[in-house]
Amino acid sequence: MKQTLAQKLVARAAGTPGVTPGEIVTCKVDLAMVHDSSGPRRLKPMLERLGAKVWDPSRLVVVTDHYVPGYDEESRKILRIAREWVREAGVERFHDAEGICHVVLPEKGYLRPGMFAVGGDSHSPTGGAFAAYMFGIGATEMLGVVVTGEIWLKVPHTIAMHFDGELAPGVCAKDVMLFLIGRFGLDGGQYQAVEYRGAAIRKLGMQERMTLCNMTAELGGQTGLIASDQTTEEYLGCELEIWDSDPGAGVLAEHRFQAEDIAPHVAAPHSPANSRPVSEFSDKLDLAYIGACTGAKLADLRMAARVLRQKKSRIPLLVAPASRRDQEIAEREGTMRVLLDAGAELLPTSCGMCAGYGERLLADGAVAISTTARNFKGRMGAPSSQVYLASPYTVAASAVAGRITDPREVLP
Amino acid sequence: MKAWTFGDNLDTDLIAPGRYMKFGIAEIARHCLESVDPSFAVSVRPGDVLVAGQNLGAGSSREQAPEALKHLGVAALVAESFAGLFYRNAINLGLPAVLCPRAKRIRNGDELSLDLEGGTISDLSTGERLDCEPIPAFLMQIIRDGGLVPHLEKRLRCATTS
Repeated sequence: MKQTLAQKLVARAAGTPGVTPGEIVTCKVDLAMVHDSSGPRRLKPMLERLGAKVWDPSRLVVVTDHYVPGYDEESRKILRIAREWVREAGVERFHDAEGICHVVLPEKGYLRPGMFAVGGDSHSPTGGAFAAYMFGIGATEMLGVVVTGEIWLKVPHTIAMHFDGELAPGVCAKDVMLFLIGRFGLDGGQYQAVEYRGAAIRKLGMQERMTLCNMTAELGGQTGLIASDQTTEEYLGCELEIWDSDPGAGVLAEHRFQAEDIAPHVAAPHSPANSRPVSEFSDKLDLAYIGACTGAKLADLRMAARVLRQKKSRIPLLVAPASRRDQEIAEREGTMRVLLDAGAELLPTSCGMCAGYGERLLADGAVAISTTARNFKGRMGAPSSQVYLASPYTVAASAVAGRITDPREVLP
Repeated sequence: MKAWTFGDNLDTDLIAPGRYMKFGIAEIARHCLESVDPSFAVSVRPGDVLVAGQNLGAGSSREQAPEALKHLGVAALVAESFAGLFYRNAINLGLPAVLCPRAKRIRNGDELSLDLEGGTISDLSTGERLDCEPIPAFLMQIIRDGGLVPHLEKRLRCATTS
């Protein structure tokens, strides 16, 4: 029987030749990832209560990214618990303040096409860019995984998003996702697998593909998936079995778009679903933020730098690179220099303001534009603050103008 | 069981705001839904039911969202649809999450009676009976055990004694 990529990945993990959407199966977990907020501080007391141990410490990855660098008593305590617990539990894949978990995971080469993985964070579908079935779960469910190595799953249907052609200059994966979320809503993904296909997707690099899968969370999918190909192999540096849907495998829906038709998009407060083409906006801004797993990877920093070269930001521009490795490469190649020369203030590599963590939060009434994934009321600071979501190109162009601006007007 | 009604896409940042996430559940619960209804956290009573429209619990994986509701005494969640991650989290904490396609018929403050296994909600204030999707048996077992942790505790205990 013809199977979708999602079905193949789930069937492999469930140890059966094939699965049917809607069927409930138990899957063996190849890799589990937690961070300092959802991980040790929540797992440790529950493991102690059960008198249980981690089923396989070599399959667990722990990353500190939410509370780094420690900025007060509570955050330092949370970090201390994480650092002590990984030693007790025998977790060797521990990455302390090296970057945001969804970016660190592929950087370290932990994800491989064909894997079945869970993460203690809602943006875990990011891993689907590597043709791995990866989705987010809460801390208690993670405890179940950590004790048993297994998790139940309702086999998802696949919703195919097919993009022909090629994205226009100044338009990127973030715009594609804001466009889709605006079109289909926060529950457009129906907690099924959303698979991104077509020539325009094949032309994207891995970090852009990660942005698509990452924001599948805001589209309401359980996971976002992209078949593996030569781009995947080049990123991982090895030849691998190709994981893809069978041609003609049944899907719940297939939506086809011409990539050239997609304009830069902006989502108005307080929902990613309030998105419309950038031409419909000209709002004045107080602050611009380039950060998060969604919007401050190396590819994102490079997009911002293309706009900001030899320009100045008119408003405070904060940059929190998504990983230390990406920041180091950006420093070596001059990308960071461009951002700093434009007036950017460099913040630590962490989730930071995106999720309302850290010391820098939006003040009362502040109007911001951000490369992050969510603009829910009060998420990034004061409930009275207003957040517009946009691509790194659009955030950079808007920082220069002090108001929401179409990056295609200023890109060289 | 008094109903507290909310609209569509009630998100986890509203239920458990990020800026309080570093604290324990009592403090997070104190700020639960404060940006939408500041009276909620102080006035909700044990046994009350949170009723919402589509996509209840959109957003984060933070289980402090359903945990805060449970901490405040909310006995069940009723919605037209749930965000999948939030739904799983609620069940894992032993908080019943009930899919009710006509949840919007329920008015704020209505007295409700829930039959989880039978899959019906009786709105005692309007006299209306609303059909719900019954909770699958294996999830109902987790709820009956009080959540995934006690459920696993039982499983481990039974594995050692057998």
